[in-house]
Amino acid sequence: MDAKDILGLPKNSLPIPQEKKSRPPKDSQRKPDGISREVYALTGGLAPLMPAIDSSQLKKQPPKDEKITWQWLPFTNSARKDTLQLYHWVRVVNGVPPTGDYSFAKYNKSVDIVKYTDEEYEKYLNDPGWTKEETDQLFDLCQRFDLRFIVIADRFSSSRTVEELKDRYYSVCRAIVVARAPALGDISGNPLVKEPYNVSQEIERKRALSMVLSQTKHQERKDAEVLAEAKRITESRMAAKVAEESELPVPSNAGPESAERASFPGDTVSPSSNVQLPSATIASSALTADNASTLASLRMLRVYLRTYALDQMVQAASSSAGLRTIKRVEQTLQELGVNLKPRVPTKSVCAEHLELRKEILTLLNLQKQLQYKEAEGSSFRDCSYADTPSTPKDRTFVPDMSFGGERVGKRDQKRKAPGRLSEAPSSPAQSKRPRKLKASDL
Amino acid sequence: MNNSSSSKKHSPDQPETSGPTFKSQRTKMDTEKKILNKKLKDVEISCPIVYGSMAFWLGKKASEYQSHKWTVYVRGAMNEDLGVVVKRVVFQLHSSFNSPTRVLESPPFEVSEAGWGEFEIAITLYFHSDVCDKPVNLYHHLKLYPEDESGPMSTKKPVVMETYDEIVFPEPSEGFLARVQNHPAVTLPRLPIGFTLPPPVPVEDASRRKRGDTKDHPLSQWFMNFSEADELLQLAAARQQVQAHIAKLKRQISVIDGPHQQLKSISDQ
Repeated sequence: MDAKDILGLPKNSLPIPQEKKSRPPKDSQRKPDGISREVYALTGGLAPLMPAIDSSQLKKQPPKDEKITWQWLPFTNSARKDTLQLYHWVRVVNGVPPTGDYSFAKYNKSVDIVKYTDEEYEKYLNDPGWTKEETDQLFDLCQRFDLRFIVIADRFSSSRTVEELKDRYYSVCRAIVVARAPALGDISGNPLVKEPYNVSQEIERKRALSMVLSQTKHQERKDAEVLAEAKRITESRMAAKVAEESELPVPSNAGPESAERASFPGDTVSPSSNVQLPSATIASSALTADNASTLASLRMLRVYLRTYALDQMVQAASSSAGLRTIKRVEQTLQELGVNLKPRVPTKSVCAEHLELRKEILTLLNLQKQLQYKEAEGSSFRDCSYADTPSTPKDRTFVPDMSFGGERVGKRDQKRKAPGRLSEAPSSPAQSKRPRKLKASDL
Repeated sequence: MNNSSSSKKHSPDQPETSGPTFKSQRTKMDTEKKILNKKLKDVEISCPIVYGSMAFWLGKKASEYQSHKWTVYVRGAMNEDLGVVVKRVVFQLHSSFNSPTRVLESPPFEVSEAGWGEFEIAITLYFHSDVCDKPVNLYHHLKLYPEDESGPMSTKKPVVMETYDEIVFPEPSEGFLARVQNHPAVTLPRLPIGFTLPPPVPVEDASRRKRGDTKDHPLSQWFMNFSEADELLQLAAARQQVQAHIAKLKRQISVIDGPHQQLKSISDQ
């Protein structure tokens, strides 16, 4: 169209009304024969790219030269062991009945069970816990019931557990396979040889499964709590380790850090006050770990620009914050009338700028916390322990130690997990107010 | 921590000696060298600089290929002489210029040219051997046209684009420190207690030294002012606001937690 403009040709205005006229006749032409218009419209009015069924087949007439009759004829089933003859209707074409086996015979599949001779039994398969009769019976049942051990266990004469039967069966098979193999190398790939059946493990596994299945809701919640607490503790230990490992002469931090680490070992069975410290150290040690490592890497450089240093520190401080959070920080900075990159980046200006950014992160964090709490308050009256721990990033940026610690302490106080606090005062409180789990409790 | 790479005479500022005292002077210099090469931790030397460009429209004299005359430069933030720290500056201009790599071996570190287009100039600062053997790269976009496009272009008033930054040397050598300890071009932190510097090297003859500072530069009237006070004020105000907001939120949160806290205190007993 632009080309026509350039060339100065008049735009062709005729095609539009022409198209409209030509469309209806074309539409009816597109409808295929063999299917009525309504049926075709079911597909959306358009032909499928690959026709699922060749529509011409549907109205096909059978070939005229064939004469079809239906006859009541006897048949045999090759899957049967006897010679029972039954009758059924058969489609006969031109007087010739169809050949071939009964069409369902191919579905009669069975498992190949190992068959051992008496000799082999004497040589390899003797077992103090099993008589030959029992073993034979087991194998016979396995053959009959295609290794469906539940059924076999039910049918077995003496009362043996499913695991025992499986164990006997698999160990017999394994022994036979090993005995019959010409060389060990040939069968090392055989799963029977590679991964033998482990009875005790199986028993344990099934027991554990049934336990999990039969857990009450109450129990489930408790387990989740304990796991959450364990995860939190490992995380805090990791954070402390990281802070420890960044070997920087940051004297102001070294003191409190070592003191706090000393309190760590005592935190497994500890009153709530001690537990407050780990969360505080998570916050400070994670932050200082980040800052410390950035400072260390800056020092490694012989020379650097102040703006570069600020960038690195900003990145380190917001390393655990998502992209959206970072954008919000920048937005807040703009609202406050502060340049995103300081115009006069002196040492003190950069330090102030960094501190401001950190404070804004704290602010955003607190806002989120407040939102969660308000949401909680409106839906549930009773707040309870956290099951899912909040992500470490939330915790990291709570610089107000007492605040963060309080929340942790509260949680621990109420817990009644095995091996942890079992202080008498806490239990009555707990029983009084059954607490529901809240995923966003922090 | 001896810096073994710089074993040559480290400073042009050392006083010349002559005659019979030579031998003893040399051994003294050797030990001095060793001391001066030592790196200092916890002392950070920073050198505030401003780099940028100034462009004048040529008005009537403008041709198609030369509509502006401009200067790109690196100067001390307070217009001091950067020569104590910087040995050489290399300006990499657009490839359409003749010999686009311009090397300046002494202050004032600037390049003046005439042209029509805006492009990015790469500025590399090389320092004296006792300062740092790694160069620093800066990038500056040459601005010829003013922000306000509709405004009239004037031949008298240039379009100025400057950036402030500081070069930080985290572990300077003692020699460097000795050389610059009283020089206005650098900022030194307060030296740690018990720190003794070797005596400052005597300043060279004023007449021999070429003036490297830009205090009386012909373009100095257009230099931008970079004062950290404004920025600090702005930041302090912002921080206060944020802190107040944080306190408010904390109060709100503790109000919500109030009833739970009560329960906790009961169970605590």
